[in-house]
Amino acid sequence: MMPNTPSLKWNKYFLAGLIMTGLAVLLGLLGFFWTPYSPTAMSAERFSSPTLSHLFGTDNFGRDIFSRVMQGMGTTILISTLVVLISAFIGILLGALTGYFGGIIDELVMRFTDALNGFPSILLALVVISVLGNGRQNLILSLGIVFTPSYVRIVRSEYMRLRDADYIKRARLMGVGRLRILFVHILPNILPVFWVSVMIGLNNAILAESGMSYLGIGVQPPDASLGNMLSDAQGYLQSAPWYALAPGLTIVWIVLGFSLFSEGIRRLGE
Amino acid sequence: MKKKLCGLLFTALLTMAVLGGCADGTGESSGDNSSVVGIQQDIDSLDPHLATAAGTKEILFNIFEGLVKSDENGNLIGAVASDYTISEDGLVYTFTLRENVKFHNGNVVTAEDVKYSLERASGLLDGTALISTLGTDKGGITSVDILDEKTVQVTVGSANTELIYSFVAAIIPAGSGEEEGADPVGTGPFSFVSYTPQVGIVVKKNPDYWQEGLPYLDEVNFKIVGSAETALMELQGGTIDIYPYLTDSQAQALKSGNTHQVIASPSNVVQALFLNNAVEPLDNVLVRQAILYALDKDQINDFVGGGTGSLIGSAMLPTLADYYKDLNNVYGTGANVEKAKELLTEAGYPNGFDLVIDIPSNYEFHMQTGEVIVEQLKAVGINASINAVEWNTWLNDIYNGRQYTATISGVTCDQTPGYMLNRFETTSSKNFINYSNAEYDEVYRKAQAALDLNEKAGYYKQLQQLLVDDAATAFIMVPGNMTAISNRLAGYKFYPIYVQDMSTVYVVE
Repeated sequence: MMPNTPSLKWNKYFLAGLIMTGLAVLLGLLGFFWTPYSPTAMSAERFSSPTLSHLFGTDNFGRDIFSRVMQGMGTTILISTLVVLISAFIGILLGALTGYFGGIIDELVMRFTDALNGFPSILLALVVISVLGNGRQNLILSLGIVFTPSYVRIVRSEYMRLRDADYIKRARLMGVGRLRILFVHILPNILPVFWVSVMIGLNNAILAESGMSYLGIGVQPPDASLGNMLSDAQGYLQSAPWYALAPGLTIVWIVLGFSLFSEGIRRLGE
Repeated sequence: MKKKLCGLLFTALLTMAVLGGCADGTGESSGDNSSVVGIQQDIDSLDPHLATAAGTKEILFNIFEGLVKSDENGNLIGAVASDYTISEDGLVYTFTLRENVKFHNGNVVTAEDVKYSLERASGLLDGTALISTLGTDKGGITSVDILDEKTVQVTVGSANTELIYSFVAAIIPAGSGEEEGADPVGTGPFSFVSYTPQVGIVVKKNPDYWQEGLPYLDEVNFKIVGSAETALMELQGGTIDIYPYLTDSQAQALKSGNTHQVIASPSNVVQALFLNNAVEPLDNVLVRQAILYALDKDQINDFVGGGTGSLIGSAMLPTLADYYKDLNNVYGTGANVEKAKELLTEAGYPNGFDLVIDIPSNYEFHMQTGEVIVEQLKAVGINASINAVEWNTWLNDIYNGRQYTATISGVTCDQTPGYMLNRFETTSSKNFINYSNAEYDEVYRKAQAALDLNEKAGYYKQLQQLLVDDAATAFIMVPGNMTAISNRLAGYKFYPIYVQDMSTVYVVE
């Protein structure tokens, strides 16, 4: 044992999260290239309960639910990842600037994010969608905007904490450029906190995307997304419960996986 | 002792309640004497002459009446007029007003009111015909004369055996045109109470209604139900009593609950994939024909309609048997992928094209049809996608604005066979598919002028054939209507036209 080296402690949260998330991401990625059946192909075999040939059964149009869940998972994960990328990128940029420099820009940006936070996030996304128009890109953009404030706040507080740290003061004295201080000296030190918020953000983005497509926004039928599958399945809850269970449990699976994963990462860092 | 007294009192109260209920002879109990009807969309106008949406007219049927109105068999009965005669040449209509028909504001309907209403509807008042079939420019009303207090004579521009059906146009108080949109006053069985956009419209019993004993209900609430899913939940939860637009799966779910009757009846809606004849690439007849060949209507009927719809090839309800021509075999009810691809190649689209289909999102039935059609078009290489639009947007941009390429929707066909075919006349304001064919217009004019019913039917069949030859639009089916009625209500009547007649509904519980 080497007592002074910080070692990564593998924990059961991390492992469970890794397996669950890994499986979901793999299936989702695979769904872009290959599915057992075409996700939109209809057949006369309607409302077939789960069998070996149709793992999750078939829906009201005789489409294979497993294939649709695969496609939906891919779409949902892709959209949420892009949403988090957009919002985290803007978040780091704005958070770093406002947290490090403060002053009038800080004041302006913070009041603006306060204003954004003042609205329920789904409602805000709906407003953005209604201005930009419906569609996949616009959904990503609008959710990206909605999720930005939380990152700005987290990054800003970290930068405020670190800007007066001794090593930063020394770097300044040595004449290191501002950009270098911002993104080379400080940024790596906020990453542990940042990764956790990214994972939590992914979870929220997945739920938000599912919620929006449940409302008929974003992914348009006949393309599958977990949310619009749930909404379609609602009418058949009694006659074909597997139809709703498949996308519903998949959402639970992904969200639980990411939660465990982020908890695991947090514990790794300790 | 005290307990016994209580019991006695209770029994007495109960008896009184029951007797009280019987006293007015309607068989209704002393419970909540009202009902809630679920509707699918918001109202477009409360003014009966301005309302165009079928979903609005079905409600206004309860508030307004014309000189005549339709009964549940599709025949016309006298309403504000007790009787009418039409001259030999079909140009002069004489209406005798019914005694003591009162507006909701308490005033008796006079010949002045009738003259005002007809002049307003036909455009004699300010030049724009609010109801196109009555319009002066379309061979409708040219003058309205008051012969005496109870007799009104209407002269029309051209003889048309179907014009009498247009006299269902609402009679409103003279000079009230401006106010009707906010505070509608008519002569119907129910009077207007309130309207809240996005929520619904409430009407109450008209105690002065001319049909003795009607209506039974004190209040009817037409409640806008956002989506088909919520409708099912609201029915099961008892927050709506009547819902006339169940999907097949909902009907199955409700039947198992034993709380509602589910009754299937043929609707009078013509569902179609409407193709904008003025927009590329659909302006090419070969492309439209290819789409018609690509559609598998049997599959649509099975998957979406639960097999309850009647497939159609052209614009006529099969129930109008005298005028209907079965044209289903021209493009077939199944898909003919080979033929469709051949036509697309001939039209210069060997690799297909992109097609956006706009669908009003509040109609689950059309949305599901859209999903099936996208898949069917894919098989012939047409890359179709669905764009869900709000009902109001659909009405403004697509139906009235004609800014679309293709859309799936339903149009109602009134009980006159000409009503549906009128839509495809080049200059018709309802011609939102921009169909234009001089021969069609010519035959349509002949049909309108024909006084002999056989001759008229012949022309109508010719018109249906023309629509099919030109592949004007992809007619799909007349969907079956599945209506859910709560077991606490009875007396609901089915009409061959698109109305919700609440006047005969009563509470049985």
